[in-house]
This record gives sequence, structure tokens and C-alpha cells, in this order.
Amino acid sequence: MLLLTHMTEIQKALTVTELNRGIKDVLTDEFDDIKVGGELSNFLLHSSGHLYASLKDENSVIKLVMFKGANLKLKFKPANGMNVVVHGRVDVYEKSGQYQIIADYMEEADGRGILQKKFEELRDKLVAEGLIAKQSNGTHRKANPRPIPSYPEKIGIITSPTGAAIQDMLNIISRRFSNVTVVLDPVKVQGEGAAEEIADAVARLNSFGGFDVLIVGRGGGSIEDLWAFNEEPVARAIYASKVPVISAVGHEIDFTIADFVADLRAPTPSAAAELVVKDKNDIAAVLEGNWARLNQALSGMTEKYRERLSWLGKTGLAAALKKTVEVYKERISSLRKNRVLSRPAELIDELRQELDDLEQREEKAYRHFMELKRRELILAASRLEGLNPLKILERGYSVTLNKLSGVIIKNAEDLKKGDTVELRFAKGIAVAEITETK
Amino acid sequence: MPEEIKFEDALKKLEKIVETLESGDVGLDESLKRYEEGVKLLRLCTVKLEEAEKKIEVLTKDKNGKATGTKEFNKPDSK
Repeated sequence: MLLLTHMTEIQKALTVTELNRGIKDVLTDEFDDIKVGGELSNFLLHSSGHLYASLKDENSVIKLVMFKGANLKLKFKPANGMNVVVHGRVDVYEKSGQYQIIADYMEEADGRGILQKKFEELRDKLVAEGLIAKQSNGTHRKANPRPIPSYPEKIGIITSPTGAAIQDMLNIISRRFSNVTVVLDPVKVQGEGAAEEIADAVARLNSFGGFDVLIVGRGGGSIEDLWAFNEEPVARAIYASKVPVISAVGHEIDFTIADFVADLRAPTPSAAAELVVKDKNDIAAVLEGNWARLNQALSGMTEKYRERLSWLGKTGLAAALKKTVEVYKERISSLRKNRVLSRPAELIDELRQELDDLEQREEKAYRHFMELKRRELILAASRLEGLNPLKILERGYSVTLNKLSGVIIKNAEDLKKGDTVELRFAKGIAVAEITETK
Repeated sequence: MPEEIKFEDALKKLEKIVETLESGDVGLDESLKRYEEGVKLLRLCTVKLEEAEKKIEVLTKDKNGKATGTKEFNKPDSK
């Protein structure tokens, strides 16, 4: 794609080198981690140590190179006509424009490849049956695993009596919690009939009874060595076990079908032993912890009760009683203070006195009011006095009235010569005739 | 010991008693009773822990592969 874009955009011819380099980039990028199966042909082990061959099927062929370092690790002798699976990458030899597989690993197709396929087939079958559950992270384990007892006292071990596994487990168990009984059911763990022996042993220990947990396993080995633990009878026997089963097959990296149907997978037999038989000191610590908590809980409780008792005795009860008494006392005294109940006559006297007092105050107020009115009257009278014309006349003034109309003359123009006027003095009246006006 | 209780069951019982006591949900009389029981279980567990009764046995089978019993397992010298 990159190449095409390049050509159409630039519209320029590539050199052969450029083209081959471009092809090399694309191929090496796309096929840098491949696994391919086919038949070997044109096989040649060069004196340089490199291995050259072709890999073919019915319709197609591809060249293959395996360099010295890689082919030294081969576990079989390759030959023409052999079906193999190779792992490697595709590379382009720019000089000749040829592409080929650079293999870093090769195995017989009917060896590991077939075993892997069988493994996957059984696993998927048991998943479909619901014995194995595929986990969200892609791993597999028993569909409904049971808990492994923390302190099993009777442990059944199904393994070879002469293998490394039993040695490892017994070494660990002997250093740990002593109160256990280990019963070994010796079985063949590899080769013809091993699977059936293991499966029978699981069933046998179940019917023999008394076991808290079973460990089924063996030490490390090749996939062929471990194969019995990938066989269906073993898987079904483990799944059917009423006693919880721990699988302990090979090393940490080895996964078997037995691991997927056991209640717990131990990475190694030693790990299985450590899981089921606790360290004596660890258990002692657990017991001590419980002892401490037990005592603390009890002393905490007695302390609580003591506190409650003392509160009731000293503070609580006494205070409650005192408070009640106090309340009643107060109520009684307030009742006592109420004179309606205690001294009614006195109250009546008092009310009477108050009434008298009110009367007196009313009278006083009335008198005061009257005095006020009297003074107002005197003042008004004196004012009236001032208005009396006679008072003015007494000071030497006189009033002139028209004799005929009786109207008080305030203006000389109201008079003419010959008019008769009456002059009123403080004492007496005189009549006069106007002789002149000005 | 008349009652054969397993270590694991005894420890579980003990832990339950401790939890109950810690919760303070039971009365004083009941607490004392539980405490006594707890102490008994603790003693039992401790005895079991100290008991050097480790046994390594091997299952014996008849011709048909049926278990017949157990016998002492003698560690093989080499694997």
C-alpha cells in the first residue's frame, strides 16, 4: 500500500533495489512472528552448519533457512518428507529478490503439535460440559471450586513413591505443623496406564474416606512426561472427587487439564505442601492472637458492666432520684406560695385595700381636675375683665356714639356739623353737638 | 478426649466466639460462658499443635486396586 501510494503520488520509476527493499519492509513487518506447518523437502545441512530446505504442502512451496545457532537445539533429525511445524519470520533476500522463512524453531508436527491440539480439544470439551470455566482473563479453572480446608489433618497424596514430588512434599510437611497424617497412594505418573492409575487412586481415596484434602501431582518434565494429567479419565476423576483436590503438576509454567478441574492449582508439589500444611509458628501466632482477643473482649465487657453498675450506684440512680425529689419539692413550694390556697383572707384584705387605694386615687384626680378648671375659670374671668370697656373708660377714655343710631363713632368722617353725639364716660353720659369735623 | 473435634473446626468455633464477644451483643452471663468455651477450644488447639503425631503412611491395596489399609511409609533413599 505504502509503495503504491508512493508510486502514484510521485509518478517516478523505482529502482529494483528500492522495490525489493519496499517488499522486504512489507513482508518482514507483516510476517515477523509466524508458525507454519508443512512437509520438508530439498533438505540440506550445509557444512557451514546452516540448514536449508523447502517447506511444502499439496499446492505451494516456500524456502526455509535455519541458521546454525537455532538448528543445534533441534530435538529430532529432520529429513525429507517429514511433517514439521516451524516458528520464525519471513525475510527477503534483496540480491535475488527471493523471500524465505528464517526459522528459529522446528518440531515434528505429529509430536507436540498434536498433543497441544488434544489438550485444547479436551479443555474445550470440558468447558462445554461446564466442568471448566473460562475466566475473564482468558485462563481456565474449575467451574465451582471448593475451598481448601486451612488446617487439614488427613492428607491424601497421589503421586509416584519414588519421584521428586513426594520427596519435596514430605520435606516441607516434616518441617511444619506436626498434627497431620499423610497417606500416599503410590501411582505411576507417566507412561502407559498412568492416567488410569491416577484416576483410580482419586476414586479409591474418596471411598477409603477420612481425607480432608487430596494432592494429585508429580514433578517437572516434558509435555509427554506430564501427559497423563491431560487425559480425560484423570480430569473426570478429579472433578468427581468429593474431597477437595489440589493439583500439583510439574513447574509453575506447566498447565494441565488436571489444573483446570482441581479445586486449587498449586504451581509445584512443594507449593501444594506449603498450602495445606501450615507453619507451626504461624498457627501458634493465630492461636495467640485469638487468646489476646478473647481476653480483651471479656475484660472489655466486664469493664463495661462495672462502669454501668457504678454509674447506677453513684451517679445514675442517685442523681435520677435527687432530680425527681427536686422537681416535687419545687412543685410543692410553688403550691405553698400560692396564697389563694394558703391565706385566702389576707388576699381579700389586700384586694380590698387596693380597691380603697384606687378610690382614693380617683378622688384625688378628680379634685386636681376641678382645681385646674377653677384656675382656668379665674384666668378667663380676668381676661373678660380686661375686655370690659368700662375699665378703659376708668382710665380717662370715653366713647362717642351717634345719638340717633347708637353706633360707636370710630371715624370723624362719620360725623358732620350739627350731629348730636352721646359721650359716655366712666361715670355719666354727656350729649354734645358737632360744630366742626376735620 | 471424648469429643474428637478437628483442629480446623475448633479454630473456626473459637474465632466465632471471639467475634461474638467482641461485638458485645451477648449478656454478661452468656459472655462468661462463651469465654470459658473459648478457653477450652484454645487449649484444645494448642494441645493439637504440640502433639507430635505426624504420620506418613502409604496405602495398601489388593490385587483389584481396592484399598486395604495403610502402613508406615519408608522414604526411599533415592528418587
